[in-house]
Amino acid sequence: MIRYIIRRSLGAGLVLVILSIVTFGIFNVGPRLTGANPAYLYVGKITSPAQIKAVEHKLGLDKPLAAQYVDYMSGIFLGRTVTDGTTVDRCPAPCLGYSYRYQTPVTTLIANRFPVTLSLALGAAVIWLVAGVLTGIASALRRRSFVDRASMTVALAGVSLPVFFTGLLLTAIFEYGPSWLQWFPNLHYVSFGTNPLSWAHNLLLPWLALAFLYAALYARLTRASMLETMAEDYVRTARAKGLPERTVIFKHGLRAALTPIVTIFGLDLGGLLGGAILTETVFNLPGLGKLAYDAIGAEDLPIILGTTLLAAVFIVVANLIVDVLYAVVDPRVQYS
Amino acid sequence: MTVRQVEQTGPAPAPGDAFLSVRGLKISFPTDDGLVKAVDGLSFTLERGRSLSIVGESGSGKSVTSLGVLGLHNRGNARVSGEIWLDGLELVSADPEAVRALRGAKMAMIFQDPLSSLHPYFTVGSQIAEAYRLHNKVSRKEARERAVQMLRLVGIPNPESRVDDYPHQFSGGMRQRAMIGMALSCDPALLIADEPTTALDVTVQAQILELVNTLQREFNSAVILITHDLGVVAEVADDVLVMYAGRVAEYASAQDTFYKPEHPYTWGLLTSVTRLDRDRQERLQPISGNPPSLINVPDGCPFHPRCKYADRNGDRCRTEIPELLETAPGHMVACHLPVKTRRQIFKDEVAPTL
Repeated sequence: MIRYIIRRSLGAGLVLVILSIVTFGIFNVGPRLTGANPAYLYVGKITSPAQIKAVEHKLGLDKPLAAQYVDYMSGIFLGRTVTDGTTVDRCPAPCLGYSYRYQTPVTTLIANRFPVTLSLALGAAVIWLVAGVLTGIASALRRRSFVDRASMTVALAGVSLPVFFTGLLLTAIFEYGPSWLQWFPNLHYVSFGTNPLSWAHNLLLPWLALAFLYAALYARLTRASMLETMAEDYVRTARAKGLPERTVIFKHGLRAALTPIVTIFGLDLGGLLGGAILTETVFNLPGLGKLAYDAIGAEDLPIILGTTLLAAVFIVVANLIVDVLYAVVDPRVQYS
Repeated sequence: MTVRQVEQTGPAPAPGDAFLSVRGLKISFPTDDGLVKAVDGLSFTLERGRSLSIVGESGSGKSVTSLGVLGLHNRGNARVSGEIWLDGLELVSADPEAVRALRGAKMAMIFQDPLSSLHPYFTVGSQIAEAYRLHNKVSRKEARERAVQMLRLVGIPNPESRVDDYPHQFSGGMRQRAMIGMALSCDPALLIADEPTTALDVTVQAQILELVNTLQREFNSAVILITHDLGVVAEVADDVLVMYAGRVAEYASAQDTFYKPEHPYTWGLLTSVTRLDRDRQERLQPISGNPPSLINVPDGCPFHPRCKYADRNGDRCRTEIPELLETAPGHMVACHLPVKTRRQIFKDEVAPTL
């Protein structure tokens, strides 16, 4: 088991290195091909060629691409010192470079934004897990009933409607709607530490919008998984023992039916921690997704690179955790 | 001897003294294609300490019958009528909760495929202990000891350590032994085994049957053995019930079933047993055709489309359902052929090929 984890971690590391090369290549070679010079973005509007040269030197843009990549990677693990001759900036590890626009370390920006994304993802995850799984179970147990048909219809809507529709609909009604429905006026992010109630109040609409999509997926998945499990021979065995139906469903049925849900949940959560771009943009939440989205608009390459890499790390790590968890959940799975 | 006053249909008499008495049991399932009559008027009795084999092809209603007795059929869509008397209690009309309390305690079941019938995520021991704790007020520790004891009883080596194994760590035969241990953990008076050896190696089959036999004697249980394997029947059964299309074709002692069978379908089952001591052409004589659809059961005798002798009665076999009639003490047959003719045909045509 330990050996498996080590082996998988090494593999994950390799994936990340390759990914960093590809991402670095795309975002550093791409702009050059179109003739854009990142130094202009860094300096601002009024520039002299000398200033540009100084900035290029400071950011290391005058070095060969491979050397820039090595600088970038060593910055992540060791930190780096940047100087344009007059000022010296120490960017401690993990250094993801400086934002061209904000002229602050990308790491700091990410650290400031991450709690927002974490709040959004975790809150939504709780809602969609509870709502989705319960709906799925109810639908499976009352197959073809009104409850089943109704919830599956809603679920179909859920998977079909994008967040930028449901999200805008929610804000249109509850933020800007008729005064008696303005339950969430002037939405803005408040950190949990400042005021937990206000935190939850301001995040409720984003949670619902995001959770609706996932809850719909999970309801369908749970229903299918539960239907399959309840038709298994071992469920019949459980009934043949004389177990109460409640025990049959929740101990014997659900235990097996939830295994695929655990897998998908790990991957979904890992994906969301890298930033929920649509939700954060629609609700104007200052999270990682919004950071990346704005950076793309502003051609702020270090931020794009940093957020992309971080999202990749989350996904790769989530994959690893899910695989290891599988052995815990299912005794038949053995790693060696 | 078992009391055998069997009726195919008609008003059910008082329960009688038999330990298990099934009377006019009908189980059907409405589907999109029509009503599936899985069991259509089945009656039999069984005493403690005896074993009954229910024999028939796939889709003849064997398994549905056993699930019906335990109340394990799908209550949502199955239509059940008739009576099932178990030790003085009628199960069809009883409260499902009352039947549930009997399940696993007074009546238990062994299923066909032990791998899929054991929960993959729980240890074998915990699955046995779960059944025992449900019906007995005992501590976790006592239940675990009981599980070890049951595993030892069914011949699992090192039961103290194997009790914590998961089903996938057991071999096929051991899994079925564990299933039997689980079924017997609460000393059930009625044990239903639904093709318990079908999924097992031939070498293991005999061991499992021997085990069932031994345990039956030890616990003095009544055993219903559902099978399509006549070899199994010969090994364990006292009585044999041959089912066809949800109805009883022949119901007799094992002795009579093998040596004096009277129903053409029983003959077919007997002659389709492979015989290595015959010429290659004669080794295997299958019954031609397929079992009927239970939605569109043929009119008259359900077996007539496949019966070689159906023409001997004019149209009767095609129009009239044969009644189950006693032709000898304890020997019931549902066939239109005159008794004399049947016995003659068996003697002249069938017996020589067996």
